[in-house]
Amino acid sequence: MTALTEQIALARTESRLRKGPSPGLDALFRGAAFGSALLVLLVLVGILISVFYGGWPAFREFGFGFLTSSAWNIGTEQYGALVAIIGTLASALLALMIGVPLSLGIAVYLTQLCPGWARKPVGMTIELLASVPSIIYGMWGLFIFAPLFARFVQVPVSNLVEGLPIVGTLLYARVPSGVGILTAGIILAIMIVPFVASITRDMLDQIPTMLRESAYGIGCTTWEVVRHVLVPQASVSIIGAIMLGLGRALGETMAVTFVIGNANRLSSSIFDPGSTIASRIANEFNEADGMQLNALMALGCILFLITFVVLIIARLLVRRVKVA
Amino acid sequence: MNAAPAITTAQLSGRSQADETAPVRIAVKNLNFYYGTFHGLKSINLDFRDRQVTALIGPSGCGKSTLLRTFNRIYSLYPEQRAEGEILLDGRNILDQKVDLNDLRARVGMVFQKPTPFPMSIYDNVAFGLRLYEKLPKAELDLRVEESLRKAALWDEVKDKLKQSGMGLSGGQQQRLCIARTVAQRPEVILFDEPTSALDPISTGRIEELIEQLRNEFTIAIVTHNMQQAARISQFTAFMYLGELVEFGPTNRIFMNPEKRQTQDYITGRFG
Repeated sequence: MTALTEQIALARTESRLRKGPSPGLDALFRGAAFGSALLVLLVLVGILISVFYGGWPAFREFGFGFLTSSAWNIGTEQYGALVAIIGTLASALLALMIGVPLSLGIAVYLTQLCPGWARKPVGMTIELLASVPSIIYGMWGLFIFAPLFARFVQVPVSNLVEGLPIVGTLLYARVPSGVGILTAGIILAIMIVPFVASITRDMLDQIPTMLRESAYGIGCTTWEVVRHVLVPQASVSIIGAIMLGLGRALGETMAVTFVIGNANRLSSSIFDPGSTIASRIANEFNEADGMQLNALMALGCILFLITFVVLIIARLLVRRVKVA
Repeated sequence: MNAAPAITTAQLSGRSQADETAPVRIAVKNLNFYYGTFHGLKSINLDFRDRQVTALIGPSGCGKSTLLRTFNRIYSLYPEQRAEGEILLDGRNILDQKVDLNDLRARVGMVFQKPTPFPMSIYDNVAFGLRLYEKLPKAELDLRVEESLRKAALWDEVKDKLKQSGMGLSGGQQQRLCIARTVAQRPEVILFDEPTSALDPISTGRIEELIEQLRNEFTIAIVTHNMQQAARISQFTAFMYLGELVEFGPTNRIFMNPEKRQTQDYITGRFG
């Protein structure tokens, strides 16, 4: 016994193949890693500062009124963000209302109902949707979807609801051109579905088989298992996925610019054209200067703020669900 | 090679003896089971008697869990798995395609290897299964939940925090919560699939005591890797090997005086 331990001790002292850590390289690595992390922070702060600096003249000129004014007049140099803010929030909200149920349905189908052989191809198709460039969605939305939408949805629905209270204004298209807030919402919904659906699918897949079996084991139907056990179990990640989708919907530029109509008019109908912050900036940046450029920068600032607030709300929601 | 796990007479005498005249609750007749093309169970014939604990023992992969999983047809969640033959629950063949699976699973409850509390409050975990089948007024529901938690020996520990999440309990408590959830539905049979394999010795002891008590009301089938456990809590024992039922009989006889060589080898720890 002692012989063996002695041998081991001997081997330890003799074999110096593995050298100790080198202090210089360690410090270098630590510094490089820290630098990379810091760089991200610096870039973010840099962008924030420069955008705010660019937008400052507009904020100073119009004050709080910039948020509440719906003016956007290049001739008289009167600018307000209200139309774009409402357009941004409304189109993103519509996208969630359409996209989230769809995504949950897809995820539940893929994980619970789909026969094994179809799971891969269907899942891949959904993920492929995410790789379609947004300009393609915009083009398709404008040239193919919008005319069909005008003809088969806007016109019949407008005729149907005309004169009715509330829905008569909400769903009435003064000019049934096919483009508008709802069209943007639908296109955005198609764009966020692959993200929300594939994250939700992965999360549902990670739920232990045994939990699923024990829900079936007390006699639940598939619907009851999904509704009461699987979705609540994955709720934290599902909220996370939805917020990721919301983030994308708020900031999406190209596709929305194509299909939202780019009107600066406050309308109570979701069929009417409008603008989002991103589409307004994309449309006007090229030729903007002076106060218009400052106003666009200020819009950018507000978009930054909105996504930031959404992120914080998401964090809070996730924390609350975790505690409960 | 450690010392063989000897099952002593003392261990065996601690529990009530097998009642070989008890009515048959589940009769397995010529059951074959397939995972795709793999033949998992081969012509199993076995009776489970009313208000007796029947332990299924055998080495990993011998088919004991597979057998248990046919009694509530939980295997039918997986299309490539199928069973042939007959399993009569109170005389009715549950393998019949016309059997209502949800109803069957309410009559044959199951407790799994790991605790599986649902993501809801302790109260709702127990009430959930009840609400699926019965429309009870609130007061009665409360009573049933309390009764079930008492039967699962959990009531005293959770009565002040029924509204808290079931996920916050300890492993042993969670497993008893799962038992309460199963008991709440007033099943006829309870299946335990290695219910203590994820638990510490103290929690294991409590679950074993609990099974002993539950036997007064329910017919119990338990899969276990632990032969001492089988000896401690069961009245009947079935030894399975490679998908076949090697030997079945009162637990005393299987452990003290097995007829087959394989059984002898397994219970003395020579293989498995």
